[in-house]
Amino acid sequence: MNYPVIVEVTLREGIADPEGATIERALPALGFTGVTNVRAGKSFRLDIEANDEAAALLQATAMAERLLSNPVIENAVARSAKGVA
Amino acid sequence: MTRIGVIIFPGSNCEYDASLAMTQLGVDVDFVWHSQTDLTGFDGVILPGGFAHGDYLRPGALARFSPVMDAVARFAREGGPVLGICNGFQVLTEAGLLPGALQKNRGLTFISEPTGVVVDSTNSVLTWLASPGQELTIPINHFSGAYTCDDLTYEELQANDQVVLRYKDNPNGSRGDIAGVANKAGNVVGLMPHPERAMSTLLGSADGKILLEGFVSAPRRELRASAANAAAL
Repeated sequence: MNYPVIVEVTLREGIADPEGATIERALPALGFTGVTNVRAGKSFRLDIEANDEAAALLQATAMAERLLSNPVIENAVARSAKGVA
Repeated sequence: MTRIGVIIFPGSNCEYDASLAMTQLGVDVDFVWHSQTDLTGFDGVILPGGFAHGDYLRPGALARFSPVMDAVARFAREGGPVLGICNGFQVLTEAGLLPGALQKNRGLTFISEPTGVVVDSTNSVLTWLASPGQELTIPINHFSGAYTCDDLTYEELQANDQVVLRYKDNPNGSRGDIAGVANKAGNVVGLMPHPERAMSTLLGSADGKILLEGFVSAPRRELRASAANAAAL
């Protein structure tokens, strides 16, 4: 069976995030005040054939560690995309 | 005669600059397509600048899985001189042959300009002919050139004398002004500036010569002695 999975990749705590910082500075100019801690990242949506959801998430995590993220500077989290478009 | 291999990934675009620089230095140079798996017969290997595999996902993220990279890792383990310039540096960090990572520039702009760098460690195949503190003008040409690493790695880089070049006036937000690093053994080096584009005063600077002259004439045997350290990186 195919399981839809989302992998989110974000910069590790303490790693400079120039994109997030720029977005955070731009928001007040558009009237969105009170926004802090903006972090930019990447999101991947995959369909993974597996026996169950846990196995699919395990595979996604392995992919994230090997290819989708650079563990030197990034964290990756895999979660079910069931019900997410 | 010394023979240098310049690796071409789909999307490399500085291979001819690198090749021309090698020819100017009087050494033989061959292009090596990224699907090759054998680097026998080469005295040094260069990973040139460009956009290997389109820089998709992250610069170097896909290139590190090119078939040739196993051969590059083997070559490096055996003490062979390996030089990654710009995109080649990004590939070497993604492949784990050099510590740290290259992130988007602090100002989120592509920077292409001559840059002042200062030689730090001379304990590498790239900088062994230069003097500590020597100032060089070498162009940079990148979007993702901000050197990044965690505190522990940074301390190790300093303690092991692995920082080979630092920017005089940090252009991109690199940690510790780092423009280039080596592995512990000093036979694998990566840098964001382009020494192969600084080979002639007529074209702006000839300061790249002392670095590349060092690279093509590096005393490989001495480095072989510490190849065990390279493997332990």
